[in-house]
Parts: sequence; structure tokens; C-alpha cells
Amino acid sequence: MNAEESYEIRLKVNGRTQHVTAPARRLLSDALRGELGLTGTHVGCEHGVCGCCTVLVDGAPVRSCLTFAVAVQDKDIRTVEGLAAGDGELHPVQEAFKECHGLQCGFCTPGFLMTACALIEQNNDPTEQEITEAIAGNLCRCTGYQNIRAAVRRAAEITRSDKR
Amino acid sequence: MTPQNFGRAIRRTEDDRLVTGRGSFTDDAGSTGLSLTMIRSPYANARILSIDVSEALEVEGVQAVLTYSDLPGRLVEPLPLLIPHPSLVAPRTQYILANEHVRYVGQAIVAIFATDRYVGEDAAERVIIEYEPGEAVVGIDAALGPHLVHEDVPGNVAADHSEHVGDVDTALANASHVLELELNMERSMGSSLEGRASHATWDRHSRKLRIQNATQTPTSVRFAVANILEIPDEQVEVFAIDVGGGFGTKVIHPWPEDILTAWGAIEYDCPVKFTEDRVEHFISSSHERAQRHQIKVGFDEEGRILGLDVDFIHDNGAYTPYGMIAPLITATQLPGPYKLPNYRVRFRSVYTNTVQVTPYRGAARPHAVFSMERTIDRIAAFLEIDRAEVRRRNFIQPDEFPYDLGMIFQDGRPAIYDSGNYPELLEKVLSMIEWDDFPERRSQATPGRRRGIGVACYVEGTGLGPYEGGHVRVETGGKVQVSTGLASSGQGHHTVFAQIVADELGVPFEDVEVVTGDTRRFQYAVGTFASRAAVTSGNAVAEAARLVKEKAISIAADALEANPDDLEIVDAQVQVKGTTARGIPLAQVAVLANPLRYSFSEAARAATQFAGAGDLDEPPVKPGEDPGLEATGWYSPVRATFASGAHAVEVEVDAATSEVEILRYCVVHDCGRLINPMIVEGQIHGGVAQGIAGALYEKMAYDEDGNLQNASFMDFLMPYCTEIPEVEIDHLETLSPLNPLGIKGAGEAGVIPVSAAIAAAVEDAEGFQINHMPLFPSELHEMRAIGVDEPN
Ligand code: FES
Ligand code: FES
Repeated sequence: MNAEESYEIRLKVNGRTQHVTAPARRLLSDALRGELGLTGTHVGCEHGVCGCCTVLVDGAPVRSCLTFAVAVQDKDIRTVEGLAAGDGELHPVQEAFKECHGLQCGFCTPGFLMTACALIEQNNDPTEQEITEAIAGNLCRCTGYQNIRAAVRRAAEITRSDKR
Repeated sequence: MTPQNFGRAIRRTEDDRLVTGRGSFTDDAGSTGLSLTMIRSPYANARILSIDVSEALEVEGVQAVLTYSDLPGRLVEPLPLLIPHPSLVAPRTQYILANEHVRYVGQAIVAIFATDRYVGEDAAERVIIEYEPGEAVVGIDAALGPHLVHEDVPGNVAADHSEHVGDVDTALANASHVLELELNMERSMGSSLEGRASHATWDRHSRKLRIQNATQTPTSVRFAVANILEIPDEQVEVFAIDVGGGFGTKVIHPWPEDILTAWGAIEYDCPVKFTEDRVEHFISSSHERAQRHQIKVGFDEEGRILGLDVDFIHDNGAYTPYGMIAPLITATQLPGPYKLPNYRVRFRSVYTNTVQVTPYRGAARPHAVFSMERTIDRIAAFLEIDRAEVRRRNFIQPDEFPYDLGMIFQDGRPAIYDSGNYPELLEKVLSMIEWDDFPERRSQATPGRRRGIGVACYVEGTGLGPYEGGHVRVETGGKVQVSTGLASSGQGHHTVFAQIVADELGVPFEDVEVVTGDTRRFQYAVGTFASRAAVTSGNAVAEAARLVKEKAISIAADALEANPDDLEIVDAQVQVKGTTARGIPLAQVAVLANPLRYSFSEAARAATQFAGAGDLDEPPVKPGEDPGLEATGWYSPVRATFASGAHAVEVEVDAATSEVEILRYCVVHDCGRLINPMIVEGQIHGGVAQGIAGALYEKMAYDEDGNLQNASFMDFLMPYCTEIPEVEIDHLETLSPLNPLGIKGAGEAGVIPVSAAIAAAVEDAEGFQINHMPLFPSELHEMRAIGVDEPN
């Protein structure tokens, strides 16, 4: 059996356009982690259920393990590596997860951060219900979620006070 | 004075890395080289008739396709039996690749080395394996039946173990009342979000095998690999930088893939990586929890237990690499906080054609607590006495420590409770949940729903030996480098060990940097499990810091021409007590601690040979001393220290859907002195969540042919945030007299009594007995129809 056909894929990740040569079936998660070395995006189940691999595509949370890299050419992809400001200042969700002990092993964390980021950038004053709905598709085996909820609440609070 | 770090909720030093995507998990390591893909058995019990790999070898990018007959040297041997035990008469461990026979769905048969996992899986589809399937033995009933998992293990019995204290038969015969119970618990598993993984590189120039592994015990990986590959330990370096959760599964080394990646790296002279996928984690790592308990309890009119007789069957799956640790823990932890003058326990551990069973967070204590607490609730119901009152009447009292259970614990040493205050734990949790006012709340249940309340207490042996060590070194730049051999998988070790060292040494917390789980930094270790890391490594790094402090004071005393007894270290300066005026920075002491010929910095000049320091009639490094401001400390406990706690829960059960809703969940926890309350509470939250998962959602759904039907996160109901309530926590701190820091372990506690507490609350709501866990709404629905929990 011969190697399959490869494609040149343009990926715009965290504001930077990069070229990846990969077969059509290369998952976005694998392209980010392997070809681009952006290993902050994690793979916990590779079947779309755990949310560890969540990245933002045009601002919306997407499971990169269910997305082919070729399918998101030229779209705006944001990963955990692109959350902090250029000068290293942490994004409110990053700050809040630290402050509230919203992570233990940190494996699920990038997925939660991206999910929470999408929520808070759209709505910086979410209700408890909205927080629950936003993160209800992400699994964490370590924290029992209590501090993750608190962190999302806190991130919203930081965002609001930043705006004032 | 340097501010006290110990006891404060300091933010974790781990987090900056982890929230910015700069963590370093094993699969993050290099993507060059080869990827290992395994072909696993689709049969629970079968003979392998033939394997044809020829077509797979044609796939471009495939380096090699190996079966058992291709394995060299010691790779043909069964994997080691990690913990032998006299009762384990028929231990069996698996081969790296199946040798003629497969005994569970998921057992590795073929190893494919290919350029990446995509190619490896293409090749896997082209391997043709012929099987002759046999009868699968699935579940405890089948294990007691006629079919065998291992042809040479009669009755499928791996171990038959008994222990007793007192005279149970006489106690039962003389008791005013005797009750019998059958209690069942199902399988679940650790399910860390990062699966097993190993990345091995071979540096043929320096002849070093470097392995990054998703492990709780790097030294185990190292010694196993060196042993099986027959190379010196010195050539093998193992490190775990970030580990995405362990929960016990990542203790059981070597896995076949640990050995194959290491061997492949040398054989093919390139990096080799294995990253388990989710299905593999379900069918080829470890499970735990399936046990069936027969209990007979004799008690008096007041509800005092006179005799307890327990006979249980433990389903150990197809292999026993970790010996009998899990059922031994059930046996010895079953008495919990209660006085059992006459206690007899027997277990039989049986083989089934399912994934091997090894400890999963809580390690067979959830079963022990479920058994004991269900028994107490049954006594209370029989005598119509308040459930809390029966507990009070049976507690070991605070003035009875040390309390000898008269049994042998999982560390091979006597189970002697060192400290605790069980009555106070109970009173605290009862007042938290407002136990006495519950009757009123019961009547306020949402219409159409039934309300119930439950409580459960436990004792957990933690912080066991044999030992851990710690190394502390003050750098001439002022940073304090700390290392210990056990690995971290989310427990915040980098933070808590820094808190301990900062206080012991007298330096700012920010100056302390901790490395865990790297054999290049610390060669001797046991590992992170059994809620032991804080106790063992915590006390070891504290000891190392004390030694460094002593050394720093002695060097500074020379330099300052002061009496060592008059010196202290405050804020990284060695000074005459009470004055900052006469002192010398610790960084400068580090310079003086290393007599130099060459200087590489301004500061280092003071230690060079013409600087005029030191007595010219003595050697620069005095006899009995070592250069460098560093020390290694060890902590080897004589035996485990026993943490304890009480949980109380209030639930409502929906009459129409039979869904159990947790209204309040309260925890009072005693792990001795708290190093960092924020981290301890985080451990409890996570533990309780896993407990709720095991009580209401998770089980391994095997069909009778041994297929795991729910081997994905779509079907295995691991809770999301929608299923887990807020947990209310209070602490009690009875210090352990066994270690200088007074600490006890906290990692597993949260999970231990949850099934017992929830069963009690549902039973209270429904009015019929709950004898098994987990408890699904569909079962509860049926139980309501017949008004009883039928043993399944
Ligand atoms: S890895 Fe994509 S959802 Fe689990
Ligand atoms: S922090 Fe470990 S899985 Fe969420």
C-alpha cells in the first residue's frame, strides 16, 4: 500500500498563518499538536466527548478531534497558546482558573479555558445556568467541577472589572 | 520572621505552565520517530491459531510488525508479579504480546511500529488473526462456575485469605441479635483524561535510554525496563513531567507498551512513542471495584457490635500483577472507626476473562466502608435506634489511640490506628447537615419526590512506606532546588513541597523550585499512591531542608565568627538571632560551601583558594563533610498513618423518573495538619465526584461474552458538571504522631464513603434496603415496584 496523497493546508492559528503538509484525513487536533507543535491542545478521547481538544474556530468552540485540518483552512483558529496577551499577561480565564484552583492535573484545562473564553467574550455576566450550559460538554476527572464553575464565575468578574 | 507558608492556601506554582499550554505531557514529546500501535484481542477467551502479518508489512511507513514469537530475550517472559503475597497461590501475569492464548478482550497480540498512528492503524487492519474462541468467564457467578480462565487454576481461585481477631463464632452465638446481609459492588475505573503513554529515545552516543512516561512511579518504569531489556539501571532515565491524572492505574508498571517502546527505541535507533487511545484505556489498562460480600453481624440490645463475620469474593480479572492489595485493603479497612472485638474476614479472589483489576483511587475501601456502614444502618433499622447513635456506641474513642486492629495492613505491618477523633468527626458532620432537624425537612420534600438523609464514616490508612527521599540544594544564585522521586498527577506537589521547604529552611516560597518524578534528579523512590506522597516525600524534603539549614548555620558561624546556636535563617539570610545587622545571605553561604579553584562570578570569588577563607591547617572540605549547600533527607515510616472522615448527604428521589438528586453533600475530613487547605479541598471535591460517579453513574458493562459494551465516553457515564453538586467541607486536624509534620494523606479520601452515604440516603428516602452500588434509575424503578433490592 502506498502513502496517501498529501495536501498543503493553510492554517491560521493564533493570528499566524502556517502551512502544513498532511493527508486529507489528518485531524485538526493532530495537525496542531504534531505538525505545528502546539501541544497545549489535548486529546482525551478522540471521539468528540471529553472536550479536552476544544479550540475556537472563528470564535466558536469546536472539537478539534472531530475536525479535519483541511476543513478549517483560512479560518481563525485560536488555541490555549493564543489566550494570553503578547506581553504574557494572562487572559481572565487563565487568571481565574489559577486563582480558584480550577485545575489539578491540567489535562482537561485547555479545553475548559477555550470553552470558558468563548462564553465570556460573548457574555461577561453569565448566569449560573449559562455557565453550566457552557461547560457541560467538558469532562474533568480531577476537580469535581466545583472550582471550575467558580473559576468561570471569577473570569467573568475579572472581565467586567477590566472593562470598567 | 519568614511568613509561615505551611497551612496557607497558596496558589499553585504548577498552574502558569498548565494554563498557557506549556505543560509537558508524554504525548507532547517529539513527533519524530516511530509510533507503536497494538492489535488487541476481540475475544475474551481464545486460542490463537495463526497470525499473518505479511500484508501489514507492505504498508508504506511500517517498520516492523511483531508477534510473541518475534520477541527477543526476556521479553518472552510473563510480566513481573509486582507484589507477591502468601495467600496468592496462583498468581498470573500477562505476556507482553499474547502467547498462544488471549484471556480478555483488549489483550495485546501484535505490536506495529510505524511512522505514525494513522499508518499503524492502516497496517493493523491488514493483519489476519485466526482464533479458536472458548467459553468466557464473566462476573463473579461465572467465576464460581465450571469454566476456567487459566486451565491450571482450579476453581478460578487466585487467592484464598482469612484473618480474624477474637472469637467470632462464640460472639455470634451469644449475641442477642444476628443479621445477615449480601452487598454487591460493581466495576468502574480510574479513567484519567490522559491515558497511558510512553515516549522512549535512545542516545546511542551516551548510551542512554530516556523515557518520558505517564506514570505515578517513574522508578518502577526504570527498574522494570532495565531488568527486562537486561541493561544497567544507569542507562535508563525515566521522568514524568506532567501526568494527566493517574488514580492508581498509572502505578501498574511495566505495561507491555512500556517495554516495547523502550526496546524499539534501541532496536530501531529512533524515538518510539505509544499513546493509548480512549478505547484502549477502557479495555487494556485496569479496572476495580467488583466484589460481593456476605456479612453476618451479631449485636446487643444497644446496637453494640459483638461479632462480625465477612466473606467476600473479589473479581480480579484475568491477571494479578498487583497481587492481592485491593482485597487485602477491604479486609483490613472494613472495621473503619468501630471497635470490633470479634471480627473474621475471608476473601477469595477469582479470575474472570475481563480486564485486570488493580487499585483505583480509594483502592477497595469504598467496598469496605459500604459493607460496614450498610451493616450499621441495618442494625439501627432493626433496633429502631437513630443511625448516628449506633455509630456513637461503636466508635473507638479518642483516648484509645494507638488502637491496634490486630490485623496486618497492606504494607505488611500491623494495622495500628495512630490518632483520630471519630466522635467529633461525626458530630461535626451531623451539625453541618442539620441531621436532627431532618424529619421536618423530609416533610417538605418537593411534591412527588421522596427525601432521605445518610451518613457514612471511614478510616483510611495513608502515608505508608517503605520510604521516600528528598533532596534540597541551595544554588549560589539563591534559588532553592528541591527534588523527590515520586511523580505528580495533579496533587500540587510542586507547591506543597515548596511550602514545607520554605518554612523549614527560612526562605521565601518563591525561591523554591520543585522537581518530582525524574530519576535523573532523584534515583530512589516508591511512588504516588495510597495517599502517601505528602506524608512520605513531604517529611523527606522537610528533613533535607533541616539538614541544609544545619549545614548553612555551621558554615555561616565560621564566616561570622559566631556561635552556631546563636544563628537563625530568616528570609534567606543566616543571621544572629533577632538582628538583621549581622548576617550573611544564604546564597553567599552556598558559595562558601563549595571551595573553589576557579571563579565564574563575582560572588564566587569569596570561595576561591587565595580569598583567605578557612583554616589553613585543615583541608578545605573537612572530613565528614561534602561540598555544596545541599542535603538528602529520608522518611521511612514504621507504618501507615490513618486519616479519617465522615460524609453526610441529603437526597431527593423523583417518584416518576427514579432519578436521585443530591441536595446537600457535607464532608468533615481529618488528614492531620493541612499543608495547603485549597489543595486538600480540591482533592476532596475530585474524590467526592468520583464517588458519586461510582454510586450513581459508572459501571463497566460487560456482556456475557466478555465484550465491554460501554468502552467509550459516549456510553460510560462519567459525570459532567451537571451531575456533580457543590461539596461543603470542614476539617478536623488531629496530628499524626508518626511523622514530624503531623500529616496524614488526603488524596483518596473523598471517594471512599460516598457509595455508603448515598445508599443510606436513598434507603432512607425509599424505605427499602439498598444492597448494591452503583444504583441506576432503571434499577431503582424496578426495586420500587417490588419494594426490595434483589441481589443481582
Ligand atoms: S479529544 Fe476531542 S472531545 Fe475528547
Ligand atoms: S484537572 Fe485533571 S482532568 Fe481536569
